[in-house]
Amino acid sequence: MFGRLTWHSIPFDQPIPLITSLVVLLVIAAIAIWVWRNGWWPYLWHEYITSTDHKRIGVMYVVLALVMLVRGFADAIMMRAQQSLAIGASQGYLPPEHYDQIFSAHGTIMIFFMAMPFIIGLMNFVVPLQLGVRDVAFPTMNNVSFWLTASGALLVNLSLFIGEFARTGWLAFPPLSEKAFSPGVGVDYYLVALQIAGVGTVLTAVNFVTTILKIRAPGMSYMRMPVFCWTSLAANLLILAAFPVLTATYAMLMLDRYLGFHFFTNDGGGNSMLYMNLIWVWGHPEVYILALPAFGIYSEVAATFSGKPLFGYRSMVFATMAICIISFCVWLHHFFTMGAGADVNAIFGIASTIIAVPTGVKIFNWLFTMYGGRVRFTTPMYYLVGFMLTFAIGGLTGVLLAIPPVDFVVHNSMFLVAHFHNVIIGAVVFGVMAGYTYWFPKAFGFTLDERLGKIIFWCWFIGFYLAWFPEYALGFMGATRRLQHISDPTWKPYLDVAMVGAVIILAGIVLTVVQLIYSIRTRDRRLDLTGDPWDGRTLEWLTLSPPPHFNFAVLPDVHNEDAYWTRKLTAIREEKLIEEPKYEDIEMPLNTPVGVICAFFASVTGFAVIWYIWWLAILGLIGSFVAMVWYAWHDEHEHIIPAAEVAELERERRRVRAELLKTLTVPA
Amino acid sequence: MSATEAAAIGLTHAGSENTGLGHRGPESKSIVVPYGFWLFVLSDIILFSALFATYASLVHATDGGPTSNELFDRTLVAVETGALLLSTFTCGLAMIAAKRANMLWTQVWLLVTGLFGFVFLVIEITEFAILIGEGAGPHRSAFLSAFFTLVGCHGAHVTAGLLWIGTMMAQIWTKGLQPSFVQRRLLCLSIFWHALDIIWVAIFTIVYLIGTLP
Repeated sequence: MFGRLTWHSIPFDQPIPLITSLVVLLVIAAIAIWVWRNGWWPYLWHEYITSTDHKRIGVMYVVLALVMLVRGFADAIMMRAQQSLAIGASQGYLPPEHYDQIFSAHGTIMIFFMAMPFIIGLMNFVVPLQLGVRDVAFPTMNNVSFWLTASGALLVNLSLFIGEFARTGWLAFPPLSEKAFSPGVGVDYYLVALQIAGVGTVLTAVNFVTTILKIRAPGMSYMRMPVFCWTSLAANLLILAAFPVLTATYAMLMLDRYLGFHFFTNDGGGNSMLYMNLIWVWGHPEVYILALPAFGIYSEVAATFSGKPLFGYRSMVFATMAICIISFCVWLHHFFTMGAGADVNAIFGIASTIIAVPTGVKIFNWLFTMYGGRVRFTTPMYYLVGFMLTFAIGGLTGVLLAIPPVDFVVHNSMFLVAHFHNVIIGAVVFGVMAGYTYWFPKAFGFTLDERLGKIIFWCWFIGFYLAWFPEYALGFMGATRRLQHISDPTWKPYLDVAMVGAVIILAGIVLTVVQLIYSIRTRDRRLDLTGDPWDGRTLEWLTLSPPPHFNFAVLPDVHNEDAYWTRKLTAIREEKLIEEPKYEDIEMPLNTPVGVICAFFASVTGFAVIWYIWWLAILGLIGSFVAMVWYAWHDEHEHIIPAAEVAELERERRRVRAELLKTLTVPA
Repeated sequence: MSATEAAAIGLTHAGSENTGLGHRGPESKSIVVPYGFWLFVLSDIILFSALFATYASLVHATDGGPTSNELFDRTLVAVETGALLLSTFTCGLAMIAAKRANMLWTQVWLLVTGLFGFVFLVIEITEFAILIGEGAGPHRSAFLSAFFTLVGCHGAHVTAGLLWIGTMMAQIWTKGLQPSFVQRRLLCLSIFWHALDIIWVAIFTIVYLIGTLP
């Protein structure tokens, strides 16, 4: 009846996961009751959960990412603590089977449920606004994508309380992840959760490639798109080409585990190195799926706060697309030690070092954007400068690792782990934090506290260097990754410094929550009434903060790059706004619960497959099919916002803008 | 896209007509929906390409078991291929009938398409059953795991297509051919069905033809 699921699946004998789960359940219950007592459920249901508005969906993605950041970081600091404690005679507080689950969960959650939702959330919020349009190509599918991602996150976190998580690292390499060596539900949780989230990610990519290529404001030709749109396009093309490979690879591993196939097994002619090739054909582009949009954020930040157009716009676009293509030609550098031979390793080594060239182009472009500009050192600018310093180092250690003979020495060492944390924290985390600070006022109508924002930056910056530079040294000294116990006591000082770094990052994360609450409480002091708090250059700053549901009453005409900046300058010179256009009815997509219903059934099916409850899996599949058919039978998918209402909202915006205009002068 | 059509779906700009160089604004739904669906189909083809690559790497990993030459029956596969190719032709006929808003013939040709797809599926399942009966199931060797997965994944797609055809026929029955969303969904369905054909041609060549070369 319940497959493998019994009372023993709940870890009553393990206090850490049990108490954590109970606390999490209590917190969720407390939040639910708090929302209910304030009568906010209908608002949440109509304005967020069932919303097809790209801005609301973007906010939900970022909230998911921030929650998962806390979860993933809890894993991180537990690992740091274990390595600081378990030295020599001491075994620390985490037994190996638990420690292995923690490092697997940390990587899985941070990449798939923190970094990806954060990036996709910012894209969701920003891209349609920057393109000067009203929504993405497929608004309902956008909602479905979000809820499928959330469904994956739910399943991964459920493994804490029911069953266990994988002990196989964040990419579940076979043969360890095969049934023979990992008979429990951990790897199944991992595979099923990522399959569900992966479907959501592919649908997101379909949506955004279509949006960027087909839905842009009049006059917004390719070479007038903001760089963030270009990098989002590149990232979504990468998703479209790379994620299906991940789906196929996980499907094969599932067939091995569930039906006794022989793709990656030791017997029957299986080949585990095939898995390495396939997973890294996805895995290396994935790095750029995360990094390229972050580069786009830095480009927007650099231009805005330097008060100059981005230096070398065209070279930035070409560098982005070059990285997009080359990133598919380097996957083998993740396993030079496979023994493919000198020629193969040399080709992939050279291809990997070549990626540094377009990346270098970008760094110089940001530097030259700042050069000669009126630089305003706001929090996002701190992140930009911190990123350029940190990422240059991370890039250089990457080039080092791309040289096969060097890689043979440091393969799977702490040096490698330090390298990828250097680029992921230095580029992606700094980038999303910059984007979060930069676009927060656009989403909510008030800015975040700058003083706290800068302290948070310093926590991440100093914390990162303390936490990861000792690991570079340890890697050279022979420390391999994923050590549950340290046998050499001379490493203790390095690990203690790393622990201090982790605590400083913890302070940064706590302060992020404090900053949010403090900024909400004191929002009256920092309201953004104009919609253009940073003196921006791109179209998202043309509309109000927060923007109306339809973004733009009339789609803006675009005549050049930095579309909004030109419009602003013209208005200042002519001392008036552009003539008031004729307003028309606007058709906007209706809200729908189909996304959350489908994701509910996907979660049920996923849970059932993990625990071998086959009747429930079939019920879940039927449920999602019925939900889709139910949605497909609707005749109305749009509602009309009458021209009068549009005019009223737009006139308010024009009034605010006319006020703003009086205070502006042509910049020198 | 005509201006009225664009205005009807709320995508045109009501302001100045002077839009500068190049781009004329958002495309209409009749462009956007099939375009997005094409992208999805391309990602699906990449999924298959991963399975093809796996098959190519494992085709000789027979673990002492039967090889492709000993297993595959060209005649059976030829009939199977014929059924699928015919279904693609009838799918095209259904689309022509739908364009002419001819309910009867749209339904007839969709039904025929589904029946040919069903015949294809029955032959495939028969082939699988025969192989498993001979002890050449997917557990036997990595080669057979790859074979069953590649061909079976295509079969799963055909099954999903049949489900879609049935649902689509029901929707045409209740909603008629007039609503633009019905026409768009029919177009997507036919893209999907033709894509399955393209993938089958690759399977036929790489798995069956090359696999039975003397």
